[in-house]
Amino acid sequence: MSDRNFVLEVEDLGVSFDGFKAVDGFNFYLNRNSVHVIIGPNGAGKTTVLDLICGKTRATSGSIRFKDRELRGTREYKIVRLGVGRKFQNPSIYENLTVLENLELSHPTGRGVFGCLFFRRTPEIMGKCLEIAEQIGLADKLDTEGGILSHGQKQWLEIGMLLMQNPEVIMLDEPVAGMSVRERQETSQLIRKISQNRSVIVIEHDMEFVKEIADRVTVMHMGKVISEGSMETVQNDPKVIEVYIGH
Amino acid sequence: MIFFRTLFKTKGEAISFAVFVALIAIILPLALPIFRLNLVGKYLSYGFVAIGLVLLWGRCGILSLGQGVFFGLGGYCMAMFLKLEASDPVSTSIQTTPGIPDFMDWNQITQLPWFWEPFKSFTFASCAVFLLPGLIAFIIGWAMFRRRVGGVYFAIITQAIALILSLGIDGNQGFTGGRNGITDLKTLLGWDIRTTGAQYTLYFLCVFLLLASALLAKYIINTRFGRVLMAMRDREDRVRFSGYDVAMCRTFVFALAAMLSGLGGALFVLQVGFMSPSLVGIIPSIEMVIFTAVGGRLSVIGAILGCLIVNFGKTAFSEAYPDAWLYLMGGTFIAVVMFFPDGLAGILDKSGTLKAKLSTLGTGLMKKLKPAESAEKASAAVAEIPKTAEP
Ligand SMILES: Nc1ncnc2c1ncn2[C@@H]1O[C@H](COP(=O)(O)OP(=O)(O)OP(=O)(O)O)[C@@H](O)[C@H]1O
Ligand SMILES: [Mg+2]
Repeated sequence: MSDRNFVLEVEDLGVSFDGFKAVDGFNFYLNRNSVHVIIGPNGAGKTTVLDLICGKTRATSGSIRFKDRELRGTREYKIVRLGVGRKFQNPSIYENLTVLENLELSHPTGRGVFGCLFFRRTPEIMGKCLEIAEQIGLADKLDTEGGILSHGQKQWLEIGMLLMQNPEVIMLDEPVAGMSVRERQETSQLIRKISQNRSVIVIEHDMEFVKEIADRVTVMHMGKVISEGSMETVQNDPKVIEVYIGH
Repeated sequence: MIFFRTLFKTKGEAISFAVFVALIAIILPLALPIFRLNLVGKYLSYGFVAIGLVLLWGRCGILSLGQGVFFGLGGYCMAMFLKLEASDPVSTSIQTTPGIPDFMDWNQITQLPWFWEPFKSFTFASCAVFLLPGLIAFIIGWAMFRRRVGGVYFAIITQAIALILSLGIDGNQGFTGGRNGITDLKTLLGWDIRTTGAQYTLYFLCVFLLLASALLAKYIINTRFGRVLMAMRDREDRVRFSGYDVAMCRTFVFALAAMLSGLGGALFVLQVGFMSPSLVGIIPSIEMVIFTAVGGRLSVIGAILGCLIVNFGKTAFSEAYPDAWLYLMGGTFIAVVMFFPDGLAGILDKSGTLKAKLSTLGTGLMKKLKPAESAEKASAAVAEIPKTAEP
C-alpha cells in the first residue's frame, strides 16, 4: 500500500516497555492536507504513537516512512528539520520569554550553535512571527510573557511555535484540553485552516470537536487500531461502541 | 550600537559594568600595594572559571564539579613552558642531566618526555592553554550529553574526572612535578615575571582578558544562543522538538567554559609563579562553584565579584582562625543556595528594584503631602540644626 499520496506511512509499529506492549502492530496512513484524528480510551497508547513518530521513544518493531524516508532511528531534531512538528499534551512553551520571543526561537533560521550566536532578527523573520501571531490570535500579546497567558492561549502559542517551522506534518496531542467552548471553536477553525497546506494528526477525547475537524478517524484500544474511517463509519462500528460503552 | 545593545540590555547593566571596570582597572591598582594587587590578580584568574560556570551552570543548568580540571590543564600548559625556559642547560648544570626540569632529574629521568617537547614553543603552549581544555571538554561533553547524561550524574562524573587528574598528576612526580607541582618559574621569553613591573603588567593583562571574556559571555547570554541555553534548562524537550541539537549546544557551552577556565589557569601561573595538583582536584573545583554561587550564578560580573569577596574573606578570616574557615565557607554556601539562589547579584538586583519602588512610593507620598506643610517642616528642621549643634 505505497500510494504517493500518503505523506506518512506507519506500518506494523510496536513498542514494549518491560514486556508491556503499549503499541502493537499499529498501521497508520496519513493523507496530504488532511486532518486525521486518533481517539481511544485513556492509556490506549495514543501519546506513545506520537512519541514513536517524533523519535522521543524508540520503536521495537515496524517502520515509519515520511515521504519515503525512514524516520525510525533518526535523531529527534533531524526529524523536526525534515518537517514533522509535535505539540505536547501539556502545553510546553518558554514561560519567561515573551510571545514574540517564543515564536522567534522556533523560527528555523540559525538552529546550529553558530547560527544562534550570529542570529539577527530580520524583517522577514519579524514578519513571519507577526503573521503566525495573527493566525493564533495572539497578535495583541506579542510582549506578554508566556507564563501569564491563559491555558488556552498557551496551547495556541505552542501550535504557533510549530507553524513557525512550517512543517508538512503537525502532531497535536489533546490541543483543546482545558479550553472553553469558544476557545474550542476557534481552535477547530485554526486546525482546519492550517490543514489547507499540511497534514495534521490530532489526538482528542472530545467527540464534538472530533466531528468538526476530522477528515479521518483512527480508534485505538490497548495499543492496537480497532477501527478506521470517517467519523460516521467509526461511530457505527460495533467494536468501537463496545470499547466506549465498556469504558 | 546593535552590538552595544546586545551586550547591555539595560542602562543599569552598562553602569554596573563600568563601575566594575573602574574598580579592578583603576581603583584597586591605585589603592593596593603590589603584594595585595597580585593577590587580587590571582583571585581574578578564578574569575575566568566563574564566567564559564555562569554560562554552564547558571544559564544552561549544568553543574560541573570538575572545572578545576580545565583550570589546571591551562595552568600546567603554561607552567610547562615556563619550567622548560627556566631549565636551560646553564642554570641546571649541576644536575645529572642538565637541561631538563629539576624534578625529572630527581626522579632519575634522563630525557625530556615526548609530551613535554612541544611545550618548548611559546606559540604551542599559549594555544594549548585554552585549546587543550576545550578539546577535552568537547570530547567528554559530547560523550555524555549525547547519551543524555545530566544533572547529578554529570556532576559526579566531572568530580570523578577531577579526582583522577589530580591523583594522576600527584602520582607521576617524574613527569609532572608531583605533589609539589611545577615551581621556580622565572622568565617568560626572557622577561623576568617576578619583578614588580612584570607583576603590574601581568595584572593588567589578566584584567584585560577577564573583561574581554566577560563581554563575550554577556554577548552570548543576550543572543539567541543565550535564550536557547535558558530554554534548554527549563524546557529541554520543547527545544529539541523545535529542531535544535541539544547535545551539541550543551557540548559547546561546556567546551567554552573549559577554554575560559584554561585561560584563567595560565594567568594564575603567570601571576603566582607555580602550579600544583592541589589546584586541579575536587576541592578547588567545588570552591569555584561556591565563588560563583555566592556572587550570583546568573550574573557574569556578580560571579567575578564572588571570587574576590570569598577569597578576601578567606584570606582575612583564615589568618585569624585557620580551622574555622572551611565551616564558614560551607555554611555561607548552604545559606546562599537556600535563601539567595541568585547570590549577591540577585540580592543587589532585588534591592535595586526595591529602591526604585521605594523612591516612586516616596515621590507619591511627597505629592500627597501639602507642599506648604513640607516646606514648613523643612524650615523647622533647618532651624533646629544650630540649636542642637551649639553645645
Ligand atoms: N515510558 C514508558 N514506560 C512505561 N510505560 C509507558 C511509558 N509510556 C507510556 N507507557 C504506558 O503505555 C500506555 C499508553 O500510554 P499513552 O500515554 O500512550 O496513553 P494515551 O492513549 O495517550 O492516554 P491518555 O488519553 O490518558 O493521554 C499506558 O499504560 C502507559 O502507562
Ligand atoms: Mg496521551
